[in-house]
Amino acid sequence: MTRVLLPLAPDEPGAQPPLLHAPYRSTLKRAPRRPPLRIEQGLSEITGPRFSPAQAGPPVVDLSRVGKGEALGQRIIVTGRLLDGDGRPVPQALIEVWQCNAAGRYLHDADQHDAPLDPHFTGVGQMLTGQDGEYRFLTIKPGAYPWRNTDNAWRPAHIHFSLFGSASATRLITQMYFPGDPLLATDPIFHGVPDEAARNRMISTYDPGLSEAEFALGYRFDIVLRGRGSTPLGM
Amino acid sequence: MAARPVTPSQTVGPFFHFALERAGWNDLTRGDPRGERIVIEGRVLDGEQAPCDDALLEIWQANAAGRYAHPDDPQPEELLDPGFTGFGRALTDASGRYRFVTIRPGRVPGPGRALQAPHVSLTVFARGLLRGLATRIYFADEPSNADDPVLSSIADPAARRTLLALRQPGPEAIYRFDLVLQGEGETAFFEL
Repeated sequence: MTRVLLPLAPDEPGAQPPLLHAPYRSTLKRAPRRPPLRIEQGLSEITGPRFSPAQAGPPVVDLSRVGKGEALGQRIIVTGRLLDGDGRPVPQALIEVWQCNAAGRYLHDADQHDAPLDPHFTGVGQMLTGQDGEYRFLTIKPGAYPWRNTDNAWRPAHIHFSLFGSASATRLITQMYFPGDPLLATDPIFHGVPDEAARNRMISTYDPGLSEAEFALGYRFDIVLRGRGSTPLGM
Repeated sequence: MAARPVTPSQTVGPFFHFALERAGWNDLTRGDPRGERIVIEGRVLDGEQAPCDDALLEIWQANAAGRYAHPDDPQPEELLDPGFTGFGRALTDASGRYRFVTIRPGRVPGPGRALQAPHVSLTVFARGLLRGLATRIYFADEPSNADDPVLSSIADPAARRTLLALRQPGPEAIYRFDLVLQGEGETAFFEL
């Protein structure tokens, strides 16, 4: 065992949300009360799941249609790169995305929002990143929807992202938001991230260069997972 | 390479089943791996001991020989088991229950190359959790727990006990592991 094994770097202060964030009411009964135990990282933390194309299943990168039927809504292209905190691309990593439709309704039994389902939209996509960490989905812009956190509360438009990096300790689930959305100003989930600069890293960038003429608007969203520390593991 | 600041975590939300539920992903024995078949099952409970029906659980573990299916595990490649990936995903049902079918992991080298007790790394995501909670599942009937560096580092015996899956009576190796997110019996979670 002569290889140099590096642990994952600690989070920067303010870059990750606390578990208890009272404005997001669901945290009140679910956030652990005891502070987390700091354990020394080892093989269990610096290794993690990887997915072959067969394990990941067929890529689904076009969410804008089901068969020949086109989903209602504004077509958008969402693309970017998956990187680690050292700026290196993360290739062949599983990205899963899901979202509500243009009317703000999820294809989920428990979603009781009085908005129409779209028979031509499931809102589910997945792919493995390319050699340069790149990914790309064609979808429609999700709608805003009400939720019962407080009276007349509305979630800003967002796409959920699930990401596997190089290690189990880099596992990340996040949400991508859209620039200029007025609902961001008051959203308690978005504002669960204390640091403003960190928060704004969850907002995609409108990029005219990515837009396709007469077809779809382009948004760029790079995702950065934890990088590595500099002190090798003691093993 | 320039350092890049990380993307923050957000909740998985309540509506993910239609996207993240994958047939068979809670069964790690589909590839017919070597090792003893075990079941790990239990419930996820909130601070009022109410079941969480919208939790996502993911596990990561070594194979029966104690090797991870990952290039950064420096142990010999001969220990790899082509039938075992080490990853599983389960979603809780309406009563907050989850179930994994897997194999008993081997012992993995830890700090100072001392062997750790067999364990399964577990991350739970849910509505109301702005980031995933990490913990470990150990096996209560495993003698090597006494020497495990992580278990030993937990001073409070009650907190340590929350990491122990209990073998259920009967011929099959079924282990019960409940996750309590908050309050009495709160599971010990880790900062990695």
